[in-house]
Amino acid sequence: MNGVHTHTVVAHHSSRRSSVDQALAGYLFVLPALTALVVFLVGPILYAFYISFQQFSFLDEQSNRFVGLANYVHLFHDPVFLRALWNTTLYSLGVVPVQTALALFLAIIVNRVQGKTFFRVAYYLPTVTSTVAVSVMFVFLFQPRGLVNQFLALFGVQGPNYFNSPTFALPAIMVMAIWSTVGQFMIIYLAGLQDIPDELYEAAAIDGASGWKLTRHITIPMLRRTTFLVIVMSLIGTFQVFDQAYVVSGGTGGPLNATLTVILDLFIKGFKDMQMGYASAMAFVLFAIIMILTLIQHYLVGRED
Amino acid sequence: MSREAVYRRPRHVLYIIAILYACVSLLPFVWSVYTSLKPTDEVFTSIVPISHLNFGSYATIIHDFPFARWLLNSTVVAVIVTAGNLCVNTLAGYAFARLRFPGRGLLFYAFLAIMMIPSQVVLVPIYMLLAKLGWIDTYQGLTIPFLMSPFMIFLARQFFLGLPKELEEAARIDGLGHWGVFWRIFLPLSRPLLAAQTIFTFQGNWNSFLWPVLLATSQDMYTLPVGLNSFYGQYDAYWNSVMAGVILLTLPMVIVFLVFQKQFVKGISTTGIK
Repeated sequence: MNGVHTHTVVAHHSSRRSSVDQALAGYLFVLPALTALVVFLVGPILYAFYISFQQFSFLDEQSNRFVGLANYVHLFHDPVFLRALWNTTLYSLGVVPVQTALALFLAIIVNRVQGKTFFRVAYYLPTVTSTVAVSVMFVFLFQPRGLVNQFLALFGVQGPNYFNSPTFALPAIMVMAIWSTVGQFMIIYLAGLQDIPDELYEAAAIDGASGWKLTRHITIPMLRRTTFLVIVMSLIGTFQVFDQAYVVSGGTGGPLNATLTVILDLFIKGFKDMQMGYASAMAFVLFAIIMILTLIQHYLVGRED
Repeated sequence: MSREAVYRRPRHVLYIIAILYACVSLLPFVWSVYTSLKPTDEVFTSIVPISHLNFGSYATIIHDFPFARWLLNSTVVAVIVTAGNLCVNTLAGYAFARLRFPGRGLLFYAFLAIMMIPSQVVLVPIYMLLAKLGWIDTYQGLTIPFLMSPFMIFLARQFFLGLPKELEEAARIDGLGHWGVFWRIFLPLSRPLLAAQTIFTFQGNWNSFLWPVLLATSQDMYTLPVGLNSFYGQYDAYWNSVMAGVILLTLPMVIVFLVFQKQFVKGISTTGIK
């Protein structure tokens, strides 16, 4: 009796010690990540929120003062920011649908031919390429006497000087974006296609469906989840566009603000004009937009189920 | 009856479309390589035959401009950031999946919540922090703020949750401590996780532009993308040299991609990340 009692006490002690050990190990393993989270994300986010209510300049800290919602209010009266928001929206509306449709189309095709590996590599290569390299390549292709215009000249069309034209600069960046990211989304679609059971196609074929009908009534509906993922990722990505706009316009967003995006505007306001409070307010507006887009998408997909 | 048999449309149409798009996808690369090998005065004049191949533009950017330095900076920064992320994220992901400690759930949700916030929100505060530390235009500034990724922690946690429960018990019997279990039992099993993390962290950092264009202010500290951007801004009359720079920036990533092609595809399909 006594021996049994001692035994359970020892076991109890050792299991307590082991759970304390485990908790200690847990905290130690998480510590580096947690430190980075607090120092480089949570802290800075809170600080950015704080200074978004201030007139704030890093260089002249004496003149910093609390201005309430003035930065946020001013944003919606600032023609330059509104232009940037408009450009970014246009860019997103142009890129997301085309890129999604093209990715799906290419995935369906590549799924049904031999040599998948080759096509996957060929389509994905632009995605691993630096956006700066891509932008420079396209600036060259879109030169007044560049390859695109030489090609157009074959048909007697005189192409414009794309990146100096307020009309054509943004569309040219859109083409560049679609080209450089479509491969990534095609690969996500290819993975989605593998999950559709063959039986569905067989059953439909027995009912006499074929070709486009199968794609329309089986493939596309079955890929709805994938499409949701692709559109959300693509929306979030397009609203954060910066590199391409910076490179083609030399960091100005020109010509005539035609390539000014929200992040580029934020960059210019924050680090060239040193209006850091204002730039922070801009960042939170962008955050809100991305949040809302994601929630709308969630709501739409959730309702369908 | 297979899915293939169900479709009746002739196959060659599919091949034509697939090959056409492959051309669209590859042409800018081919054109850049070709341009980088042209003599300067023929950049715009000739589409086909050029008088001779000219490797001079590669020599020019290496000898007359600091491309070698930029290549070094890019490599140092990408290697440090990748190595740091591998350690930090894998350890945290493992703890969240396999170790019990008070507050675990809450902490994990904190990481998840932060993932929703676009990183541009912290541009201003991080810049100020680094300026106060005197880290603008230094390797510390280009690496230390970027050693952790909530998304990669999430991935690591998912990966470790998927491994069988019996592993720890077996290891415990062998008398291993928590570190030993992680290091000797779990780490050797997590090569796919480490591969995916390495590839995507390296790629993201190698190609990154927004942060280094803000944080590297002197020519000597530029990474390749920042260097190429400034070079092309000043020397856009010498497109063959600019294109040589494009190739120098692109080629290392392309080689990494071709070598680890399978892991790239697997990583993208399972995680959806770039």
